[in-house]
Amino acid sequence: MGEIFVLAEHRQGQIRDITYEILTKARELAETTNSELTAIILGKDVKEQAKNLSEYTKTVLLVQDEKMEGFNSEAYQKILSKLITERKPSLIMMGHTSYGIELAPRLAAALNIPLATDCIGLSFQDDALTVTRQLYGGKVNVKATVCKALTHMVTIRQATFAVQKPSPPANGEIVEIPSPLQEEITGKRFIQYFLPKTGGVDITSAEKLVSVGRGIKDAANISMVEDLAKTLDAILSCSRPIVDKGWLPSDRQVGSSGKTVKPKLYMAIGISGAFQHVLGMKNSDLIMAINKDPNAPIFGFADYGVVQDLFKILPAIKNKIIEEKKQKL
Amino acid sequence: MDIIVCVKHVPETADADLKIDPSGKSIETAGLVFDINEWDDYALEEAVRIKEKEGGKVTAITIGPQDSESTLRKCLARGADSAIRLTDPRFEGSDAYAIAKILHSVIKTLHYDLIFTGMQAADDGNAVVGPVLAEMLGVPHVTLVKKIELSPGFAKVNRELEAGLEEQIEVNLPSLFSIQTGINEPRYVSIMGIRKAMQKEIKVMSLVDTGLTENDVGLAGSWLNTESVYMPQFEKQAVLLKGTDDEIAMKIVEILKSRGLI
Repeated sequence: MGEIFVLAEHRQGQIRDITYEILTKARELAETTNSELTAIILGKDVKEQAKNLSEYTKTVLLVQDEKMEGFNSEAYQKILSKLITERKPSLIMMGHTSYGIELAPRLAAALNIPLATDCIGLSFQDDALTVTRQLYGGKVNVKATVCKALTHMVTIRQATFAVQKPSPPANGEIVEIPSPLQEEITGKRFIQYFLPKTGGVDITSAEKLVSVGRGIKDAANISMVEDLAKTLDAILSCSRPIVDKGWLPSDRQVGSSGKTVKPKLYMAIGISGAFQHVLGMKNSDLIMAINKDPNAPIFGFADYGVVQDLFKILPAIKNKIIEEKKQKL
Repeated sequence: MDIIVCVKHVPETADADLKIDPSGKSIETAGLVFDINEWDDYALEEAVRIKEKEGGKVTAITIGPQDSESTLRKCLARGADSAIRLTDPRFEGSDAYAIAKILHSVIKTLHYDLIFTGMQAADDGNAVVGPVLAEMLGVPHVTLVKKIELSPGFAKVNRELEAGLEEQIEVNLPSLFSIQTGINEPRYVSIMGIRKAMQKEIKVMSLVDTGLTENDVGLAGSWLNTESVYMPQFEKQAVLLKGTDDEIAMKIVEILKSRGLI
């Protein structure tokens, strides 16, 4: 096979972890398919970052341009289109992140390159690409074949492949390519970052978290979970839908779009366990999950699980804890 | 401000115990409740709010069989002015790319200042249709949109990055936004609204109306072909606590005690 492209993702001078995760998987793919592995980094003043990538690949393509301060998918698409058309890679890989979601589908459509997004597995058999993805918030997996083409594109889910730093480092060659960007990028322009709101409750420093999800059904029922949290001397946290609905403020949100937590106890109540949530809590010391769906993905990450209607079981748990505390006194 | 909102009729699966269909290529949908895709719900609400402020028309479009009309009715009840349903047996097996082609064939004939899609669909989670559609229409796009401020000829939008970080982007109009959940709080539909919506006409179109051929849609026009669907195997599996509610509660307390958590 030909060449595998991995597009590096970076922000404010830092290469993001997803890039090394993809590079690790790409090295394995390159070996099994006898392909060349090439990392691509685009940006303004990113030569130093290109050196980090050269530890993983034989070649690093570097394109620098004053116009690429911050990520702009329009600029990325122009440059990548040129590189892809010239070098005709067999596979292009990038993260299923705020970068890849913005860039990959449009680039794929423009060049008519078949695309599979949010992949958790991929393999080539006789030049045919098969991918594994998830459906229904991670409750079901799907194996799909990507239609045959000269070039394929995939976006990869975060935290899917563990990073393995090559030893010895690949010491790849950094090839700087003059920027093909002629005029200013006009369709959309980066203005500024907005940092997460500070203040509120710091759930990251809590020893015990009792976390509520969609299964609670109604804002009025959250007090039930809050009561249990208080009884346990724990802090109340939640999954994304609770914040989206405006039932709890965003400082309580656990997950990739909220906070990453590592308490001694994480009790997930009515949380199905979509990967975005799991990313934020899977390293907790002890995870207990209560969900009425026996196949909820959360049970694949919890130490203990209870398959039961939370409205029935929560009062029983609360009462037992109160009894236990009384005995101690 | 004329706004087109692309919506999808999907099964609600958050609380459901899913089973694989005997074909091995999809889930069993019998017994599941279908509704508007959650992300599309926020997109529709955002469109209606903009219309209420700026004037103009909101058009909801879906692709799907007869029963997906209930999702369009919901959009009409919420404040959409018109609705289009695209349906054809030959659309069967279409992936996100083929869906974008079908939507494009209709949207290119309509007037719009903005096009909204949900950031992704709850069923397949591709997050592909919006940007592909924008490429086909030749308009700029922004994904993961959490806030929109409109000015004449352009908009300032906030994109969600991660861990609460957002970026603000200025984008020319017309453009396409893929909307992230939490951008607003979708309204409840009044009985009056539902009644009024029942009287509105839903325009139905099929393959011949799109100008596309059989090879553009369905499996032939798709990038992805489903081989099999299966329940995921986890490396770890939680120890399930069983018994009466009291017995389970007792077991939980014992575990917490043994770890010094009570």
